[in-house]
Amino acid sequence: MRAFTYERASSVEAAAKAAASNPEAKFIAGGTNLLDLMKLEIETPTHLIDINGLGLDKIETTADGGLRIGALVRNTDLAAHETVRRDYGLLSRALVAGASGQLRNRATTAGNLLQRTRCPYFYDTNQPCNKRQPGSGCSAIGGFSRQHAVVGTSDACIATHPSDMAIAMSALDAVVETAKSDGSRRSIPIADFHRLPGDTPHIETILESGEFITAVVLPPPFGGKHIYRKVRDRASYAFAIVSIGAVIQQDGTGRVAVGGVAHKPWRIEAADTELPKGARVTASALLADARPTEQNRFKIDLVERALGAVIAEARD
Amino acid sequence: MQFDRPATTNPIDRLKVVGQPIRRIDGQLKTTGRAMYAYEWHDTNTPYAYGYPVGAAIAKGRIKSIDISAAEKAPGVLAVVTAPEVGERKKGKFNTAKLFGGDQVQHYHQAIAVVVAETFEQARAAATLISVDYAEEKGSFDLRQAMDTAVKPASGDPDSGAGDFDTAFKAAPVTFEESYSTPDQSHAMMEPHASIAVWEGDELTLWTSSQMIDWWRSDLATTLDVDKEKIHLMSPFIGGGFGGKLFLRADAVLAAFAAKAAKRPVKVALPRPFMMNNTTHRPATIQRVRIGAQRDGKITAIAHESWSGDQPGGQPEAAVMQTRLLYAGENRMTAMRLATLDLPEGNAMRAPGEAPGLMALEIAMDEMAEKIGIDPVEFRIINDTQVDPEKTERPFSYRNLIGCLKTGADHFNWSARGRPGSRREGNWLIGMGVAAAFRNNIHFPSGARVRLNAEGVVTVETDMTDIGTGSYTIIAQTAAEMMGLTIDKVAVQLGDSRFPVSAGSGGQFGANCSTAGVYAACVKLREAVSQKLGFNSADVIFENGEVRSGNRAVPLAEAAGSKGLVGEDTIQWGNLTETHQQSTFGAHFVEVGVDVATGESRIRRMLAVCAAGRILNPVTARSQVLGAMTMGAGGALSEELAVDTRRGFFVNHDLAGYEVPVHADIPHQEVIFMDETDPMSSPMKAKGVGELGLCGVSAAIANAIYNATGIRVRHYPITLDKLIGGLPDVA
Repeated sequence: MRAFTYERASSVEAAAKAAASNPEAKFIAGGTNLLDLMKLEIETPTHLIDINGLGLDKIETTADGGLRIGALVRNTDLAAHETVRRDYGLLSRALVAGASGQLRNRATTAGNLLQRTRCPYFYDTNQPCNKRQPGSGCSAIGGFSRQHAVVGTSDACIATHPSDMAIAMSALDAVVETAKSDGSRRSIPIADFHRLPGDTPHIETILESGEFITAVVLPPPFGGKHIYRKVRDRASYAFAIVSIGAVIQQDGTGRVAVGGVAHKPWRIEAADTELPKGARVTASALLADARPTEQNRFKIDLVERALGAVIAEARD
Repeated sequence: MQFDRPATTNPIDRLKVVGQPIRRIDGQLKTTGRAMYAYEWHDTNTPYAYGYPVGAAIAKGRIKSIDISAAEKAPGVLAVVTAPEVGERKKGKFNTAKLFGGDQVQHYHQAIAVVVAETFEQARAAATLISVDYAEEKGSFDLRQAMDTAVKPASGDPDSGAGDFDTAFKAAPVTFEESYSTPDQSHAMMEPHASIAVWEGDELTLWTSSQMIDWWRSDLATTLDVDKEKIHLMSPFIGGGFGGKLFLRADAVLAAFAAKAAKRPVKVALPRPFMMNNTTHRPATIQRVRIGAQRDGKITAIAHESWSGDQPGGQPEAAVMQTRLLYAGENRMTAMRLATLDLPEGNAMRAPGEAPGLMALEIAMDEMAEKIGIDPVEFRIINDTQVDPEKTERPFSYRNLIGCLKTGADHFNWSARGRPGSRREGNWLIGMGVAAAFRNNIHFPSGARVRLNAEGVVTVETDMTDIGTGSYTIIAQTAAEMMGLTIDKVAVQLGDSRFPVSAGSGGQFGANCSTAGVYAACVKLREAVSQKLGFNSADVIFENGEVRSGNRAVPLAEAAGSKGLVGEDTIQWGNLTETHQQSTFGAHFVEVGVDVATGESRIRRMLAVCAAGRILNPVTARSQVLGAMTMGAGGALSEELAVDTRRGFFVNHDLAGYEVPVHADIPHQEVIFMDETDPMSSPMKAKGVGELGLCGVSAAIANAIYNATGIRVRHYPITLDKLIGGLPDVA
């Protein structure tokens, strides 16, 4: 870990300003991913801006009947929140499918969206990785790639986004609210928030320098059955090989996002419309442009089969 | 004490303390954080410095130059020691790859430098400032590709046989042949390797985490080129080893060099990724099993071949060993072939040989049973043998595999098992599997010293280690039984090279051998007591804290007197292991559910029935078997060191990527011990159980998955991608 300076931000505006004035600064919230990355010197901020304690840990109903989740709401608290459990069961289920109780106690809503890939080559600083060291190459392509992305990949990167929560946020059409250093605010639909790797896999979101997530807002509840199906080799404490987040209505219509297959939560609106026709058609729409490796080709079948189970469960 | 005749009745048979379910006597120290593990050792007045290792960034080649100037200038840095600077060192007797020294890189993450600083954080930060210029060489990293170049190893009994396998196999009415593979596996113990080195003049004190004190001491002396007597090694508490701490490791060597260079006591812990690529691992195997049988199920021919790889000078994974002994059959052959690989060193991991060997053999037995049309429990019973099938003049000392199989089948409700793919509950396909367990009983000499003091307390001193197994407790039980005391009157001190050399912890020999050594020392102490009191030692009884002879009874405390009494001895083993085959036996039963859509396999219940001689403590023994069953579950379902065959290293080198089972994977486990003793084994009449519990588990799970799905997977781990292609349609 490199030496760094530390400050506790006094306000949202001050935090955004402090970050904009120092390109080597990072916000720290729960720190569950950032500190690990700093120990490995994959992240080397010279300055940390602590955004705990800015009052961003509230969950409130919005005017239109949606839910505003403060950026600093801990995963444990969000998963246990009464409204979330009642109206956004998908979110609650996705959260508790992730990490461990201890980690969820620390991890925050914004931090969860911003966590970085668990590609093992990204974590090994002896290996080329375009995400860690732009231009150095991708070791996962042609290497150990069983866990990696099958769709939306590029020749520069086949890493996945590891979040469970983000899959639910994606299916639920969440909106990310941010504050910029110039004092302005913006609302970013979750679908636009994360980027595909392209030639710049080290740039993972559309956040600008100093821009800061203040909340994640959910639209009014959709009703329907909320199902999160996480597929993994062991029963707990493992990242998804594939996960399905779905809200399915009685008439078979619904919305679905897929985890473990792409550099971002994978949602294709055209696939949603296919849901009443069943898993095969929907999965085909979701993964139409898939480019799997030899080691992860099975994920194509797995998405279809897991989705089939989810649709069947919704019918029960 | 020379043990060369079967044990007769002795004080252990009283079973007042031995054999009782006594909770571990060191348990409270551990649960309250007072059991000091290697890295935690802390003397308030000692100015410890911290060493952080640097591992090679390539798999094979040479260090052309190494620039430490930036690291040396970094804050808090006290010293930097590099492998080229230290130069080529003599290698320890038990090490295949070198641990530190010279400019050659033999494998990824081989230690090439250690940075010493005032704090751990400073050392870690400075370590990243070292830049190395390598001359990289092409290596061999793919076992399957290297199979054709594998050779018959020069030592280690690679081939065996009896009768004429080829002819008998050709003639057999039913024949079976299949290939299997097991992946590289990591010990992944909780406590990383760690050492603290303190030099005083030319004398070195080393706190470390070692299963084998004397092996480490000798090999450290060799590597450092110092007199063994100048090294004092201590390892009183160990957070798991599984074979990964049998042999001297780099943390000890680096700490010793670092402490010398920094002229300070230095702590070195290996970072978690070093577990996989710096230390040893269980090597991958490719295996072929052939079985020929009569239609009634009697095996007439059996062959087992195994291929594995290792660093130059290494050894094969002895995956065929159990096949030499487990089942009858007049015509047989086994063979091991070894390829040279430039992956990290392959070496012993819990039940080396048998664990991966049974992963293959016990699927093959399941497949053959089905082919003949016999229940797999029955097939194993039909082919039981009471003699070494390769040397039929050698009987087993005691063998009750049949009892294990029958007891287990009964208890597990085995008869409810249906045809493959026939049982479904909701989205779960349910299946049951069975496998035999087999592991040899090994002997090493083991010494101990027992002191009786004026308070009537007996203190045992031996360099035996407790790697979480319960050594402290069973040693205390042994001394208490021998001296007629309750367990609270016994203190046990372990893991110190100043104590008599013991068998150490490995190969499931630790419990039986080390307690037998304590038994021998206690015999000496009993003689000393008798002699002092003028008793005729033949009729002396040690009981209830007293020693009695005829009408006279003297409290032990009084007998000890103010100076106390000491007994010391080492148990030595005669040729009973040559005249008799000594092994342990068991049967594993497993029920799994396989998700019909995703192919995720989840264990529902597991049962192990173990026949391992006298069980010295059913609580600690059960705990050993539960842990072993859990390890077998990992081996069956998720554990695999993923090899990058281009760059030559294990990619998933942390506990996120190398998936050992978590609690949710292990819902229900049960252990039954057969009530037996083996007087050929030792005065304790006990055998090992810690590895037996692992042997066969993974195959039982594989067989259960087959029974659930009708899909036979022969390549571990059995992950969902190997199943979903064969599962029924769900869409």
